Amino acid sequence: MVDIGGWLRDTVSRRGFLWGGMVAAGGTVVGTSGASSQAGHTQHGMSAASAVAPHLAAHGAMITVGDVDSDRNGFDPTVVLTEWETGTLSKLPDGQTLRTFEITAEDKEIEIAPGIMFPAWTYNGRVPGPALRATEGERLKIVFRNYGSHPHSMHFHGIHSARMDGVPGAGLIGPGDEFVYEFDARPFGCHLYHCHALPLKRHIHKGMYGAFIIDPDPALHPEQANVARSRLLGSPENAGFQEMVMVMNAFDTNFDGENEVYAVNTVAHAYAKRPIRILKDKPVRIYLVNMTEFDPINSFHLHANFFDYYNQGTTLTPTLTTVDLITQCQAERGILEFTFKEHEPGLYMFHPHQSEFTELGWVGMFDVVEAVS
Amino acid sequence: MTDIDRSSVEPFAAAPVEPRSRAYFLWIVIPLAVLGLAIAWLVSTDPLSGFRNGAPPVEKLTFERTILGSDGIRLLIRAGGSEPMRIAQVQVDDAYWQFTQDPPGAIARGGTVWIHLPFPWIVGEAHAIRVVTNTGVTFDHEIPVAVLTPTRDSLSFFSQGLLGAFVGLLPVAIGLMFYPVLRGVGRNGMNFLLALTVGLLAFLLIDAFGDALELAAEAAAIFQGPVMVVLAAVASFLLLMAVGRRQGTPSGLALATFIALGIGLHNLGEGLAIGASFAAGAAGLGTFLVLGFTLHNITEGIGIAAPILKVRPPLWSFAGLTLLAGGPAVIGLWIGSLAYAPQWSALALAIGAGAILQVIVEVGSYLMRSDGRGLGSLVAPSTMAGLLAGVALMFTTAMFVKI
Repeated sequence: MVDIGGWLRDTVSRRGFLWGGMVAAGGTVVGTSGASSQAGHTQHGMSAASAVAPHLAAHGAMITVGDVDSDRNGFDPTVVLTEWETGTLSKLPDGQTLRTFEITAEDKEIEIAPGIMFPAWTYNGRVPGPALRATEGERLKIVFRNYGSHPHSMHFHGIHSARMDGVPGAGLIGPGDEFVYEFDARPFGCHLYHCHALPLKRHIHKGMYGAFIIDPDPALHPEQANVARSRLLGSPENAGFQEMVMVMNAFDTNFDGENEVYAVNTVAHAYAKRPIRILKDKPVRIYLVNMTEFDPINSFHLHANFFDYYNQGTTLTPTLTTVDLITQCQAERGILEFTFKEHEPGLYMFHPHQSEFTELGWVGMFDVVEAVS
Repeated sequence: MTDIDRSSVEPFAAAPVEPRSRAYFLWIVIPLAVLGLAIAWLVSTDPLSGFRNGAPPVEKLTFERTILGSDGIRLLIRAGGSEPMRIAQVQVDDAYWQFTQDPPGAIARGGTVWIHLPFPWIVGEAHAIRVVTNTGVTFDHEIPVAVLTPTRDSLSFFSQGLLGAFVGLLPVAIGLMFYPVLRGVGRNGMNFLLALTVGLLAFLLIDAFGDALELAAEAAAIFQGPVMVVLAAVASFLLLMAVGRRQGTPSGLALATFIALGIGLHNLGEGLAIGASFAAGAAGLGTFLVLGFTLHNITEGIGIAAPILKVRPPLWSFAGLTLLAGGPAVIGLWIGSLAYAPQWSALALAIGAGAILQVIVEVGSYLMRSDGRGLGSLVAPSTMAGLLAGVALMFTTAMFVKI
């Protein structure tokens, strides 16, 4: 009698073998063919990985399809990287510098990955909210107006009075209301602010957070004045660094308590599709903040290089030296410093070392180039 | 039982014919005009806007086919939303993958698209597909065991045909081979055999109906699975009753043919389901399983032989009956492994269930007539024993194939 079962199994395994061989021969072949067929769809207006640049080969076919419309979003991930909100400056009668920020809360639908719209709650219409930057010792005044549909607040990670804490009963305001937070900028470091309205999880993952950076005042740190100056925005020493802010975040698009999309600065794969240009000779400083909801930790891993890390940025000497991976729980943050001076130009990947987050959108590239004089 | 038979064959009394006046046609035009006006009013003035409460549109996606090939994964997806839907991204195993959609763009309600993912799937392992729509809603589809989907090449065509022959044709043929032995039975023996046939058919009816409902539940909501199954079964039952009773109650070769047809339709649905589940890698096909099916279906051949024991049909009719009852298994396997969508298997099984019900009715009435004792024959010990034996035989042999 003919053994059909065995025969069928043989057929399957023979094909399986062929297939396995194909994969071994080149997962890239599959990836490339997928990419080219994708490009063929561009004219149909379907979400298309329009620019399947060579650097995407690093991801194979594992990437979101298409591009996010930054114009509609009102913020561009590449611009967000280096965009500091410095407010307006004036002098108080006692000589203290007063720095005033104006922030509005608003409901806004944003595109967090190509084609995926998310009903966000935002500060100033963007997620993450503006990266506020001040200098140690200044008086800060943040005029907060709630144009959203729910009560909101700004809870700053810093030193301030109970009245200014931005929690229910202290600076949490209803729709249409206004509140002015006032406190001194201290301690220096890489901090953050977020909405502390309840339920907290929902208000955070809907997008209400941003970086809050206080540069050290060199005069207050005479023993490390040079280091302090390099951190002070606007100083010549600071101009020697390539600074950028990255807020690690994620979005639960179907509201099941798990994130569908992970990113830095909101847009999945933004820096994988458009690598961040880095001048080889210029050191890099990243203000990194973790505002991922639902997952206990997030992390940052730099390929082919090591960095120094200043946990929470409140010191002028690194709290970790020569590491290529740091982890942060929610609201943890810090400053990364590294250089590609000794490297050959090329694409250097960075991503969290939770593979899941990486594969769901949180991955980027540094495009290290020779300085063009 | 006989009441049902009669009511289904008696034509309805024709309505008295009246002269058709203009008013007669007016009463066709007026209701349609009212409907047209209502639609026009709804569309133009939107009087129901008060019900719009800011809720997003309802979204529904159903995965109808999964094809694993050397170039990755292909999925046939049917949309069933309240508005056209857009697929924004696709994840495989919690990772975003490049994909192409054909045709691109929004998917209309009830419409289907093919999604192609150049994903290096792994033989024998599970993969999870997650489709993310433009609103961030997700739809999941599991590939429990990834195996290469059979293609239209001749090799798999032949091997599936052979498999179909083993589970469909061979057992029916074997069952019919008992014909000469069975011919010698007396009245009680005949009752036993006919009741055995009813028993096995009753088993198939429950089995087919259950499977049809189960498959229908997987189908897109637009097909209204359970309703479709019931309607298809009732329709096929009524249709076959009407056809079968055109020249009196069927007996002999005609009755055997109807039994073969009912079993054949059931085997078609079963073939579709088997073909699809093997294509989907849900079950590895072992020799044991094939033999189980063969054994299970031998009883069907005996059932077909029962009504022709007292007539002497030409030899070719045995071949015809075998083909009619077992052949659809081959066809089902071919179609099922190539073009699978749960609603079609459910439909085939439902039609089969209706056909089986018709055969149960006819075999029952044949039993009563041939016995001569009327209703009393239905509760005779030999009949009861046959019924029980039929169900028990099917149930026991089904243990080989239910996994």
